[in-house]
Amino acid sequence: MNTHDAILELDNLTLGYDRHPAIHHLRCRIARGALVAIVGPNGAGKSTLFKALTGELQPLQGHFRVNAGKEGIAYLPQQSELDRSFPVSVFDMVSMGLWREIGAFRGLSRSQAERVRTALAAVGLSGFEARQIGTLSGGQLQRARFARMMLQDANLLLLDEPFNAIDARTIEDLVALILQWHAEGRTILAVLHDLTLVRHHFPETLLLARECVGFGPTDEILTPEHLATARRLAGEFDATAPVCHRPEAEAA
Amino acid sequence: MIAEALFAPFADFEFMRRALAGCLALALGATPVGVFLLLRRMSLMGDAMAHAILPGAALGYLAFGLSLGAMTVGGIVAGLVVALAAGLVARSSILKEDASLAAFYLLSIATGVMIVSLRGRNLDLLHVLFGSVLALDDASLLLISAISTATLAALALLYRPLVLECFDAAFLRGVSASSPIAHYGFLVLVVLNLVAGFHALGTLMAVGIMILPSAAARLWVKRLPAMLGLAVLIAFISGVGGLLASFHADVPAGPAIILAAGIVYVLSLILAPGGMLGARLDRRPHLES
Repeated sequence: MNTHDAILELDNLTLGYDRHPAIHHLRCRIARGALVAIVGPNGAGKSTLFKALTGELQPLQGHFRVNAGKEGIAYLPQQSELDRSFPVSVFDMVSMGLWREIGAFRGLSRSQAERVRTALAAVGLSGFEARQIGTLSGGQLQRARFARMMLQDANLLLLDEPFNAIDARTIEDLVALILQWHAEGRTILAVLHDLTLVRHHFPETLLLARECVGFGPTDEILTPEHLATARRLAGEFDATAPVCHRPEAEAA
Repeated sequence: MIAEALFAPFADFEFMRRALAGCLALALGATPVGVFLLLRRMSLMGDAMAHAILPGAALGYLAFGLSLGAMTVGGIVAGLVVALAAGLVARSSILKEDASLAAFYLLSIATGVMIVSLRGRNLDLLHVLFGSVLALDDASLLLISAISTATLAALALLYRPLVLECFDAAFLRGVSASSPIAHYGFLVLVVLNLVAGFHALGTLMAVGIMILPSAAARLWVKRLPAMLGLAVLIAFISGVGGLLASFHADVPAGPAIILAAGIVYVLSLILAPGGMLGARLDRRPHLES
């Protein structure tokens, strides 16, 4: 197998909590520059997969390789993890996307401050610099988080349900940004629930339901049969499940 | 006449000047830490940790009497243990954090009072519970000032990671390994400043000088640097006001200081833009967009 152009390889990866797998024996290879939608019912292990890729969760079994180079990974968690009541301005929040350059101590140079303003303009938030994040609407906050992600300038972008509770106009603008990042050669993995949007914009899809139901060109994966399989698999949870004895579990 | 009432107590009596210096040091160190406690929604956690310091300080007292060093070390160790244990209980049992904190704080205060009364007189117990801001000796004053200085330096170093840890910890973990440093470094600062506050105001009141000025400042200003500055100012003014009230009305100084901060807080709660009447008192017409 040629591994040179893969930015991400998952090898027999099993992730979970309390020994119950949320991702079960997942194998897949994401090519550099791919634009992949991750689709699956709630509890399918989509967010869990991102937690493992960013190092927050140790695999129960198997491993993965990230080849993102020095630019690394940028991760956009679900919006609920952010405390909007904290007193911080939009400019300050977005400028933290430059962390790799400024770290914990350095201030912004004039050109870096200019880049922050450019990123804000690119997401349509010019003039919002001094506003507190608590005064933004959900859509505006998501725009600000996209601006911050833009400044992170990463090779591999992980977006966890970026369009949850976001209106159509904002989704349109943010999808355009994602497509632009894709055109710049970055690799993008996005957890999405809107299948119409996936069919429209995402060439590849990984359909998850704890197991990998399918991975490949979106048209071939998002079929009624596959989706029905995903629904069935994700519903199963057995608190007294026996230890897994599949060949791939024994082999590792 | 008024000027004399305000200045004479400090000009005439050394113990008042020492108390004033102690209040200034606490305002500069403990209050900024309190601002972050408040913004991290850890005010009650701070309260529980303050009570947790009691049995540690009491053990030091049991072994060495009213020794500054022993009570300080005992307090710091006990505070750190409870800070870590409360988080552990919340993560590894079905109890929520508020329940585990309440349990810790009740047990701590019962244990502490029990230990002190094993050996001491009631006067000592009062000293431990309510502090002795009017009787700060050189060593105590030095300790409080040193903790305050170290706190300001540490906050300057930790500022950016700590702010991120407060409002978007997931992002910080993504870009940097400094998330645990910010989290645990902050807990250490909380414990150190509670011990400093304990010497002046006692275990029951130490959290007051951290949380009350911070809550009042939050109601007035929107930006974090302004909030830090205003909270320090309120804490210091409360210190001065409490000391003067204590001097003129012959009431205990520690509670007077906390009550002074409480008055500022209640007034802010009513009048400030973020308070109960603040938004309604604003009669300016609304804008076009």
